[in-house]
Amino acid sequence: MGLVEFLGWPLVRQVTGRDRLGRGHAAMSRRSETLEPRTVQADRVVDSVCPFCAVGCAQKVFVKDGEVTQIEGSPASPISRGRLCPKGSASKQLVTSPTRVTKVRYRRPFATEWEDLDLDTAVDMIADRVIKTRKEFWEWEADSRRTRRTLGIASLGGATLDNEENYLMKKLYTAMGAIQIENQARI
Amino acid sequence: MPGLGTSFGRGGATTFLQDLSNADCILIEGSNMAEAHPVGFQWVMEAKRRGATVIHVDPRFTRTSAVADLHVPIRAGSDIAFLGGLVNQVLSNDLDFREYVVAYTNAANIIEDDFRDTEDLDGLFSGFDPETGQYDPDSWSYVPDSRRDVEDEERRDQAYSGGSSHGESHQAARSESHGSGGAPVKWKGRRDETLQDPSCVFQILKRHFARYTPEVVQEVCGIEPDQLRRVAEALTSNSGRERTSAFCYAVGWTQHSVGAQMIRTASILQLLLGNIGRPGGGIMALRGHASIQGSTDIPTLFNILPGYLPMPNAKQHQSLDEWVRDDEGKAGFWGNIRSYAVSLLKSYWGDAATPDNDFCFDYLPRITGDHSTYSTVLAMIEGRCKGYFLVGENPAVGSSNGKMQRLGMAALDWLVVRDLQMIESATFWKDGPEIETGELVTEEIGTEVFFLPAATHVEKAGSFTQTQRMLQWRDKAVEPPGDCRSDLQFYYELGTRIRQKLAGSTDEMDRPLLDLAWDYPLDDGGDPDPEAVLREINGTGPDGEVLSAYTQLKPDGSTSCGCWIYCGVYADDVNQARRRKPHWEQDQVAAEWGWVWPANRRILYNRASAAPDGTPWSERKRYVWWDAEADDGKGRWTGADVPDFVPDRAPDFVPEEGAQGPDAIGGQDPFIMQTDGKAWLFAPLGLADGPMPTHYEPAESPVRNPLYGQQNNPTRKRMEVPQNPLNPSWSDVFPYVFTTYRLTEHHTAGGMSRTLPYLAELQPEPFCEVSPRLAAERGLENGGWATIVTGRTAIEARVLVTRRLRSLRLGDRFVEQVGLPYHWGPNGITTGDSANDLVNLTLDPNVYIQDKVGTCDIRPGRRPRGSALTEYVAEYRRRAAMDVQREET
Repeated sequence: MGLVEFLGWPLVRQVTGRDRLGRGHAAMSRRSETLEPRTVQADRVVDSVCPFCAVGCAQKVFVKDGEVTQIEGSPASPISRGRLCPKGSASKQLVTSPTRVTKVRYRRPFATEWEDLDLDTAVDMIADRVIKTRKEFWEWEADSRRTRRTLGIASLGGATLDNEENYLMKKLYTAMGAIQIENQARI
Repeated sequence: MPGLGTSFGRGGATTFLQDLSNADCILIEGSNMAEAHPVGFQWVMEAKRRGATVIHVDPRFTRTSAVADLHVPIRAGSDIAFLGGLVNQVLSNDLDFREYVVAYTNAANIIEDDFRDTEDLDGLFSGFDPETGQYDPDSWSYVPDSRRDVEDEERRDQAYSGGSSHGESHQAARSESHGSGGAPVKWKGRRDETLQDPSCVFQILKRHFARYTPEVVQEVCGIEPDQLRRVAEALTSNSGRERTSAFCYAVGWTQHSVGAQMIRTASILQLLLGNIGRPGGGIMALRGHASIQGSTDIPTLFNILPGYLPMPNAKQHQSLDEWVRDDEGKAGFWGNIRSYAVSLLKSYWGDAATPDNDFCFDYLPRITGDHSTYSTVLAMIEGRCKGYFLVGENPAVGSSNGKMQRLGMAALDWLVVRDLQMIESATFWKDGPEIETGELVTEEIGTEVFFLPAATHVEKAGSFTQTQRMLQWRDKAVEPPGDCRSDLQFYYELGTRIRQKLAGSTDEMDRPLLDLAWDYPLDDGGDPDPEAVLREINGTGPDGEVLSAYTQLKPDGSTSCGCWIYCGVYADDVNQARRRKPHWEQDQVAAEWGWVWPANRRILYNRASAAPDGTPWSERKRYVWWDAEADDGKGRWTGADVPDFVPDRAPDFVPEEGAQGPDAIGGQDPFIMQTDGKAWLFAPLGLADGPMPTHYEPAESPVRNPLYGQQNNPTRKRMEVPQNPLNPSWSDVFPYVFTTYRLTEHHTAGGMSRTLPYLAELQPEPFCEVSPRLAAERGLENGGWATIVTGRTAIEARVLVTRRLRSLRLGDRFVEQVGLPYHWGPNGITTGDSANDLVNLTLDPNVYIQDKVGTCDIRPGRRPRGSALTEYVAEYRRRAAMDVQREET
């Protein structure tokens, strides 16, 4: 081993150089010196908000070739000032998870397994069922007071729904006459 | 949040997270903020760095306790007794902020002579009907100030056809409609500002809370008198003109059969100390999900419509007039309810809504009682409800008494599940716990299940409303993969198809769908534009121009608005929720980041940050004040925030006789959504379980209520069905208290966290926390297995023996508590039994939220498998004689 090579050892650099804790330059190799974070290679950086708790930490979503490559806290937020908790920091895994279901699944009554179903067909079938169940359980009156409603259809939403989504949901359900419309907010 | 709504007029956090750093003392109770809201907790740490005292009251010693100046261990569910003890310390030692209390609260109001307190009636207030289990609040009313009050009210009533209609507390969850508008009192009422009249609120309050002595607090909560005194000392010495204290809470208060009243007790305490509406003060409601606040503001809830307008009730509301009459014309901005209601109907039914047809009021379905999620599950089990949408929600794990949830889903005709991952609520028919025990058989379950994959938060644009009422917009980063779609797209598409299929129908029941305003601009992919929806929510004027404030809304149908409290979020045709000016370019209030309802006000009721004469209480706590010189001497409210007041209303303004709505707000009435302009120490109306908080035991408790013969909240909503057996209180079979909670590394029912490798690795399996004393008593070994049993089921978890859970001494006995994180279920990367399966269903009568505290047994070892499990639990029920009618109080 030549002297030059020996002086290049991280431990030697740590003891002899300025980086006594070995957490900066001393720990770097020729290769790691040339590495750069994924965030630098992003085509686009998109502003978002963490979907977990209600602190509402601002996120930066890094996108390359149409794929999310990283999600980090946005320093500009007056609430979070760039920080994310373990869940927020893991949100790239939330959106890129290999176990995410990306195809419609359908279980026939009394069946033991899932089947495939085309999305368009599924939405059409659901619309038919809404119309049928709505009519079957329609009620104009209860105790001779007008109610104009159906008690056959219920909904329970999570509180990661957007305001715009909740708005359309409540609007459509109300027009259907469905009243058992609920949300995690009660749970 | 009726606890806050009935106290102050709006059901939202009164302050913002950053402002916690201005507090001189912070009391965190019913929340493990450092672990459940870690990033928000930085503002508590900022306050601490500036010298603030931080107090944590919680059954467990957690990371929040670890950095607090004082941790006070408490028996789960006994918070009213502890807070009541603090109220008593303040009142019996004259430590209240008297000027604030007299001017800004209803302390001076005189209450009807026939009002009787729980002290007189052994735990009941006057007006209780044992038949219905409900209160008639008439005897809690304000005494009118004069003949004029009575005449005004009669005149207002006569403007409507039909008789008078009060008594809203009888209506199902009506109190939730006080999210942005207080309960409608008949009149402002007579006041005695010396606070000496024995019938005034202040004196009633003093007598009511006198019972909560340090000794009683110890007996109920297991808190030593010295600790209570230290907390009282910290709060009172850090409140007043120069100093302020803040409270933080989360579901540790909401999820109880007395949850709304726990929050009420904190509200009373903060009002007595003069801490509402002031910097470094307030009550920070910490919401657990990205848009819980948004989900109540624009609700998907059975009892309210956007902006907390009540869903019409068939008994009272058969016309637009009847719908708004309780509130219309009352003092304050809620008095303009007709403008908000008509504008909503216009946004729903557009041109079809005209003055001639009551703006399509009749298109609204009516409620007739409790249609909340738990009642609905029962309806499913009984075959009365056959179709169910689950949209980003996993009740098989996340809802209490999970077995009832799964039995309900197994009785449906069809179920639509929209989620990111294959959650337990989608697979209950295949691998749920009841399949294992044989209680359900896959081939016998007739439920047709559609699993529709959803888009994530980065695959769609839209807004969340976070914990401080702030709407923040997310831009879309990427397209959703495969069949994944946003819920916005799904509901738009579903509505469009239903309308197409019904087109041409002449059936009257289809008119609301066919007349629905359902035209939204689409992008290239055929998805509706979320900004167009936000614009509709914001509201528009006669020519389609965007409105900038709810004060522009009209009752004549010329304006439309999808959620009146959000009016202004699209002011100037700009998405104000998308504002992202960095904090280093703004002051701490950061008014140009996102948009906060109402009217971008960051601290609510901030008129109270000034003294009655309009000057700041102190230089140190200066926030919003009256500038008499402004506007050429006409005067104006000004300061660091948008004033939460009529901007040009002078502090000495006295409303004219017979004034209505905003005109009836006096210059010293900071609570502009209340129908009397004051904050309520005593709630003459609006709460189902009493005008003042009172300690009752949880439905399942190992101890007798030491305060009254009345053991439980008499108005609690019970679910007395075979699927929801209740453990008898004071039972040797279920001698311990359990409570559930969250971990930093998982999110609620786990669908968004148990599926992620990083998080699954950090918290790989369910566990229970027990004290060394309990471990010894039951032979539990650290790291070994334990089985936790209630009358509903038994679950297993790893044992963590830790002094973080303290054995609490109550009188001459100890009470042991078992701590259970509730995130697990059978699916995902990390799996385990679900703690919510243990929880019983007994609900708060105001909001129908379950009690997360119960009693249990705990034994070493794993639970039985298969049908042996049901037999094991049945044996417990037999031993506790649960099938026999038990003593009920």
